[in-house]
Amino acid sequence: MDKNMKILIVDDFSTMRRIIKNLLKDLGFTNTVEADDGKTAIPILEKGGIDFLVTDWNMPGMTGIELLKVVRSNPQLAKLPVLMVTAEAKREQIIMAAQAGVNGYVIKPFTAATLKEKIEKIFERLDG
Amino acid sequence: MNFDLLALSKELVLALEKNDQICADQILDQIAGLRETQLFNELGRLTRQLHDTMVSFTIDSKISEFAEHEIPDAKERLHYVIAMTEQAANQTLTVVENLLPISAELNAQVEILSGKWGRFLDREMPLEEFKSMTQEISKHFSDSQISQQQIHVGLNDILMAQGFQDITGQIIRRVIDLVQDLETSMIKLISISSRKTSSGEASTMHHELPGPVVPGVDDKAGDVATSQVDVDDLLSSLGF
Repeated sequence: MDKNMKILIVDDFSTMRRIIKNLLKDLGFTNTVEADDGKTAIPILEKGGIDFLVTDWNMPGMTGIELLKVVRSNPQLAKLPVLMVTAEAKREQIIMAAQAGVNGYVIKPFTAATLKEKIEKIFERLDG
Repeated sequence: MNFDLLALSKELVLALEKNDQICADQILDQIAGLRETQLFNELGRLTRQLHDTMVSFTIDSKISEFAEHEIPDAKERLHYVIAMTEQAANQTLTVVENLLPISAELNAQVEILSGKWGRFLDREMPLEEFKSMTQEISKHFSDSQISQQQIHVGLNDILMAQGFQDITGQIIRRVIDLVQDLETSMIKLISISSRKTSSGEASTMHHELPGPVVPGVDDKAGDVATSQVDVDDLLSSLGF
């Protein structure tokens, strides 16, 4: 796992973006950028250079699941690892996210240990 | 109609005066018919009123839906907001209370050591005292390492505690939506009861997403993952 990889954090609440950013920093990932919903995330992703996407689900403008679908349907981005960090906890939604091709799913409120574990698991699978 | 009734009544009086029983009976029948027409008109008016009431009742039933389910739900959600904010505040305060003495202790150690260090640099320190100072310095290093780790963990706990703002923000937004829907329904009801035409605009009450799970409100049906372990189990059953 490359600690210098560029991570895009997408959440409509700036407090949550700060929390995730600081947690990632604590895990050694300092190269982060932020967006407040799917619509603002897409141009950043299309510009290239993003190695990992951490996104919320429920956002105005464009939701995380829509963003995930856009990512998976874009040949340049299709293989981008995506971690969903969301308060949405309905079983049908978790299944929906899995079917849309999410790499990991963390429900809020979460712990630093959970975030670390899921990120490690995602990259273990990708590298392995 | 009153004019008809008056004319017929006069004819009836005339017929009775003439002792013309057949004619009088005919006039009486006519008067009865007139009453029937009035009755039908009244019935029509009542039917119309019933119809209007039924229309307003469909909106009324939405208001009773608000009263029965939505408002108690919203109350539960707001109680959960209080609980979450309280929890976050307590979590933060506990960490701060634990860290303050640690930071004070480190500060005190540094103050004593820097004083001694100054005397050592000024060559004012006897050898024996220097020996004990080296031990104190070693102790300070190991103490501060432990303390810094505690401070680090504590700061991360404070960081995580701020997650309440996102969750409670989402919950409050939904309650605001509910209040707006309630307002719309009330306005419709008022406009119908005051017999003004109401636009048949559909209710905006739909939530695309269920949002944060509020214990005791959203987890009754058992179709939500109540912990990360649930999520992991579900995903692993899907081959993750």
